[in-house]
Amino acid sequence: MNALRFLPLVSGLVLAPFLLGVVNRVKASFAGRTGQPLLQAYFDLAKLLRKGAVYSRTTTWVFRAGPVVGLAAVLTALMLLPAGRHAPAAWSFTGDLFLLAYCLGLVRFLTVLAALDTGSAFEGMGASREVQFSALAEPALLVSLAALARLTGGLGLTDITAGLDAASWEAAGPALALVALALGVVFLAENSRIPVDDPNTHLELTMIHEVMILDHSGPDLAFILYGAALKFWILGALIVNVGISWIGGPAAVSLPAFFAGMLLVAVGVGVVESVMARFRLLKVPRMLWVGVALSVLAFTLVGRFTA
Amino acid sequence: MSEWRNPCAIPLAAIADLSVWDFQDCLSVGLMKGAQLLTLFGVPAPEDTVRLFALLGHPGNGTIEPFATVVKNSFLSLSPIHPQVQLFERELAEKWRIKPQGHPWFKPVRFERPSRDGADLWEAQPAACGTADFFRLGGEEVHEVAVGPVHAGIIEPGHFRFQCHGETVYHLEILLGYQHRGIERALVGGPGPRALHYMETAAGDTTCGHATAFCQALEAARGVELPPRGRVLRGVALELERMANHIGDLGALAGDVGFLPTQAFCGRIRGDVLNLTARLCGNRFGRGFVRPGGVAFDAEPARVRELVRLLEQAFEDARGAIDLLWESGSVLARFEGTGPVSPVTATQIGLVGPAARACGLAQDVRRDYPCGIWAEAPIEVPTVATGDVFARARIRWEEIHRSSEWILDRLADLPDGPVRAPDAPAPADPWPADTLTVSLAEGWRGRICHGAVTGPDGRFLAYKLVDPSFFNWFGLAQALRDQEISDFPLCNKSFNLSYCGFDL
Repeated sequence: MNALRFLPLVSGLVLAPFLLGVVNRVKASFAGRTGQPLLQAYFDLAKLLRKGAVYSRTTTWVFRAGPVVGLAAVLTALMLLPAGRHAPAAWSFTGDLFLLAYCLGLVRFLTVLAALDTGSAFEGMGASREVQFSALAEPALLVSLAALARLTGGLGLTDITAGLDAASWEAAGPALALVALALGVVFLAENSRIPVDDPNTHLELTMIHEVMILDHSGPDLAFILYGAALKFWILGALIVNVGISWIGGPAAVSLPAFFAGMLLVAVGVGVVESVMARFRLLKVPRMLWVGVALSVLAFTLVGRFTA
Repeated sequence: MSEWRNPCAIPLAAIADLSVWDFQDCLSVGLMKGAQLLTLFGVPAPEDTVRLFALLGHPGNGTIEPFATVVKNSFLSLSPIHPQVQLFERELAEKWRIKPQGHPWFKPVRFERPSRDGADLWEAQPAACGTADFFRLGGEEVHEVAVGPVHAGIIEPGHFRFQCHGETVYHLEILLGYQHRGIERALVGGPGPRALHYMETAAGDTTCGHATAFCQALEAARGVELPPRGRVLRGVALELERMANHIGDLGALAGDVGFLPTQAFCGRIRGDVLNLTARLCGNRFGRGFVRPGGVAFDAEPARVRELVRLLEQAFEDARGAIDLLWESGSVLARFEGTGPVSPVTATQIGLVGPAARACGLAQDVRRDYPCGIWAEAPIEVPTVATGDVFARARIRWEEIHRSSEWILDRLADLPDGPVRAPDAPAPADPWPADTLTVSLAEGWRGRICHGAVTGPDGRFLAYKLVDPSFFNWFGLAQALRDQEISDFPLCNKSFNLSYCGFDL
């Protein structure tokens, strides 16, 4: 039993909303503002949990089940996540990378169902966009993970992460870099960040993810927001696990490197959101196709390196 | 050819009543020859009839041509040939129960109470605001999206109905009237002491524009000559208003595409420019500054020096923030080709102001119908050819640039003397009897037209305001054709029209 076994789970649960605060602070500093407190996301969650929820008469149990089951699915995904080579996931088994992908798929499925359940034209549009874009983001995620699995010979996230080291970078550096890039594209799309979506907009007609949760309130909204923060953490951790694998050394080195990496991801998101505009909605699939292409290329390259 | 120029007071005796047929013929021929329909409105006439006044502007030689006719219940609609007449005709139907026969899309404009007894042209008039039929696209895969009148931001109410197939918008219909306050009705029998305040609040962000148009009309009617210093300061207030709004709009456009730096900085710089207006008169929106006979407050030399310094600084800040827009590919990719309006459409629907200049139409009241300071110190009129969101953004920057230069030039040699004519009339004094007074001003959104008709006692029989938004809302609907519905907020912001300026 590894002493660090529950560290990835607990740190994710505790620190995920903090990253959103970091993103906001970076954006604020680019805009010349002070910005909201770093812990604002925690305050918001606490506030929402204290509130009651409002339900439209046109909604059914699907609408109420969405946030709860969605959060449960994200939590399951988080349990499968290792934090660097020395901190294995709380729960790992051969093939758990599929469970991770499908847990994230389940969250989306439930969000979309709950959105359609409201019968609102806005939410229907958002659902249609979300499904279209994730149909492209999902292959990129799976093929990227497949490339890593092929390189390391492991079929579990913990095995893969433990199998990546400086030697794999020497052997298949370009492929790993491509995987990190593809995961970056998936990360931006799945977390509805600029340039795919604008998490701060108030314009329903341009929203993708945000418009689907317009009708949720109180604890339901808190679950969704917390789930979104965890998703940000999970997808960010996938990139970081690949990115920091060239750093050798004991847990005392790899763990700080992991957390520094997560911070860097948040700062990077803040910078991207500050220096570029959103893509036109119909151009978003092109960017996602690039993600798919990168991951396929990485998969093919891995084949060459390992052959 | 008419000799009337902006602003002018035309004795009603000089305007012959044409037959309805001749009236329409004159309008139609004039519009075909490139004249602009400045305004079209009705005044109650004896024997339960309505006298219609139409004003055609000839931008080529700066003249204004008045036409009048008397109608009873209906006339043949000009809208099928000249779409820019369509809203005026619907307005006449709503206010005076005169039916434009053959109007292609006959709906109420603002859901206001009719000013004349007679048969209802719509069932159950006055209908509750927003109750009207919309154009609908048929087909199983088509979906209809309704937005508003309650919006997700702190903006004014308006209803937008999209007919979409997937993300593509085939048709957008805009329904307004929620902000109708009855300004024109309140002015009948006036001017009262509140007339000028109505003007300043007709469209809150166009305070100086409407106040200038009103004061010009009053001065033309009473033959008041402005002192040079007052003329300049009035022009400065109008240009500061233009700069502030354009800078704010560019920031908002950046915000809509998620481009943070320009959004954040422009929001601040707009405030800086509004504060310059506050330095002139104590109010950031210029309330209480433009007054009949000149302006209410003088700017002493120290204040002028301070204004110049702050304006130069604000302009440099604006240049830094706005240049970022033109330098980032992701912003240009979003702006270019989005929401285009062709010059032909723009001409047909009578687009005005920056929206028209963004379609390559060089039209500007300051140049086409110059008066006051604009006759002495002309300003260059830029145009951009592409007619898309980029053009509407770019034209704003060009105008900010020119307005800033113009203000600095004027302040550099500010004439001495009083700022207000000694014989300035009070806003509530009666105007000359039996006169049609016309005044045009280029507000920051475009051409503002005020037309006043006085009766034998010098009181208003009608006071007609035409805000640029009156023409341009239809332009926004046109710009959305075959565009993505997700681009609507961006297109909307690129026009940034006034709801209350339309609803009056």
